[in-house]
Amino acid sequence: MADPLREPSRESPPDAGVRFCGLSLAHPVINGSGTFDAIAARAAFGEELERSFPFAAFVTKTITLRPRGGNPPPRLWETPAGLINSIGLPNRGIEGYLRHDLPALAWLPVPLITNVMGSTTEEVVELVDAVADHPQVAALELNVSCPNVSTGLDIGSDPGELERLMRAVRPRTSKPVVVKLTPNAADVAAAAAAAEQGGADAVSLINTLRAFASHPHRPGPWLGGGSGGLSGPAIRAVALDQVSRVAQRIRIPIVGMGGIQTSEHASEFLRAGATLVAVGTESFRDPVAASRIAAGLKALQLSANSGVHPSPVSGGPSSVSGGQPRASEKLLQSEGKGSSTLKIA
Amino acid sequence: MTTQAAPAESRVVAPLGRRPGPVLAVRGLGAYGVISVRDEAGPVPQPGQFYMLASVESWGGEEAGRPYLPRACSVARARVEAGALVLEFLLEEVGPGTRALMSVGRGEELWLTGPLGRGFRAPEDGRRPLLVGGGAGVAPLVIWDDWLRTAGYEPSALLGFRDAHHAHGAELLPASRVSTDDGSAGHRGPVTDLLAVALDRDAELEVSACGPEAMLAAVRDLCLERAVPAQLALEAPMACGYGACFGCVVRTVQGYARVCVDGPVFWAERLADADRGQDG
Repeated sequence: MADPLREPSRESPPDAGVRFCGLSLAHPVINGSGTFDAIAARAAFGEELERSFPFAAFVTKTITLRPRGGNPPPRLWETPAGLINSIGLPNRGIEGYLRHDLPALAWLPVPLITNVMGSTTEEVVELVDAVADHPQVAALELNVSCPNVSTGLDIGSDPGELERLMRAVRPRTSKPVVVKLTPNAADVAAAAAAAEQGGADAVSLINTLRAFASHPHRPGPWLGGGSGGLSGPAIRAVALDQVSRVAQRIRIPIVGMGGIQTSEHASEFLRAGATLVAVGTESFRDPVAASRIAAGLKALQLSANSGVHPSPVSGGPSSVSGGQPRASEKLLQSEGKGSSTLKIA
Repeated sequence: MTTQAAPAESRVVAPLGRRPGPVLAVRGLGAYGVISVRDEAGPVPQPGQFYMLASVESWGGEEAGRPYLPRACSVARARVEAGALVLEFLLEEVGPGTRALMSVGRGEELWLTGPLGRGFRAPEDGRRPLLVGGGAGVAPLVIWDDWLRTAGYEPSALLGFRDAHHAHGAELLPASRVSTDDGSAGHRGPVTDLLAVALDRDAELEVSACGPEAMLAAVRDLCLERAVPAQLALEAPMACGYGACFGCVVRTVQGYARVCVDGPVFWAERLADADRGQDG
């Protein structure tokens, strides 16, 4: 019954590990927010999920102050090599999260990163206050892909707005705060720099790209929510470019994501400057894609450590990343002595 | 020969991840295809559960294109053959995914993730099971019929199809009564005509249904009016099949529910007026 694609994260030797914002992770592959529901997956796959959890940390769906039902269906549209979704951030709200979700996640074998979103600075602060002290919560991620209803400015697209938000959040917790950047900003690197300036511990990118699907039989949109967000391999080249540009601008760690399907893809993001990578849409096709990618990264690292040239990385044009190579070999290097550099500038 | 455990717990847990299964046979059945896959690592599914399927070769992955995501497919039969579990799926070509699945040949492999979701629950004491299917929705009723007969029930079945070509699907449930939209086989008209007559004749039925959205809405209304218990197996486009994407929701009286993990089988009274999408 052995699954060759599976490699239990718990069995990963520490030398595959990585440190991220003070957290020790078994490997550098986590999930993108909203692309994995550990509670539902536990029901579908049983205890095996606990033993072989595919991600080195688990990022929750976005939690909002009040419960949200999400957008009316249809919510999905398949594109060439991608998926447009218009889910609408359904969640139980912060109370439901604390009362139902956190206890239901007590079995998680990896650090829990709680993703929150508010439509005013006060709301975000309230959410951070509500979860930050919880012992189960290892870190927070801020979803800033929404407008601030007080100022009318798109929080994640406006560097000034983003920095003000981060400055308000920063004193509320000593736990790591990751800012999930929106790829729809005019200047993503400026937004990343603003997050860093405001005190963020890390940034994650890219979120989905705004996208539209026409109804095949009548005028108007297919998706119940109107437009949606594109993910999957269709956006990988865009993601790699944004990660590279952000990496040249900031010193805090980056979680890179966007269409990663293989360890070679993940390695490209690491070499472009990411400390961690996240897998999202690929998990829909293969629930343990992250385990497969982490195992592949470890093999790449072993061959690098043994002196074999570290880039059997497909050799395709995409292995030439646009950004400054930020010593991914070091990022991936042995953590055996318990000291791994987060980011080597 | 088929499922042994009673569907008191209507969910059998799936092995984690996807696994390749060799295709043993592909045969045509009117407008449909029936594909048999050997599943060495998987448990026997409960009737009403489904799998996410993709061909191992020629499925848009690295090289892009569609199909990109796996396709959700109810299991139509499960039997143990020479010590190995064999699953049967009923497919109808409705898009690039089903087209790719139907073009897979014997000896090639499919990726299987499953069994997933909650299946049918055993009928209430004293109620006679009546199965109602529309089009490819006959699939889960076949394995459900197998289970019910093994458990000592005597289910009857009403199946609706577009035309005589599609009505070959009824060969999977030999004792069924058939209707077609164009009257080219069986009763002319919707299968719910037959259901209304059956419900008026026998107050002790319990209905299990699978088919197009409009048919299921009509089944739900007919059964709710008469206080007849009904379990409806829904179809919805899905990206993942295990609750990750939140894409396959259906409106219930308590708000949206995910078809993949809360269903695909729902009690009729749980479902609010339908506003679901269709296969992309």
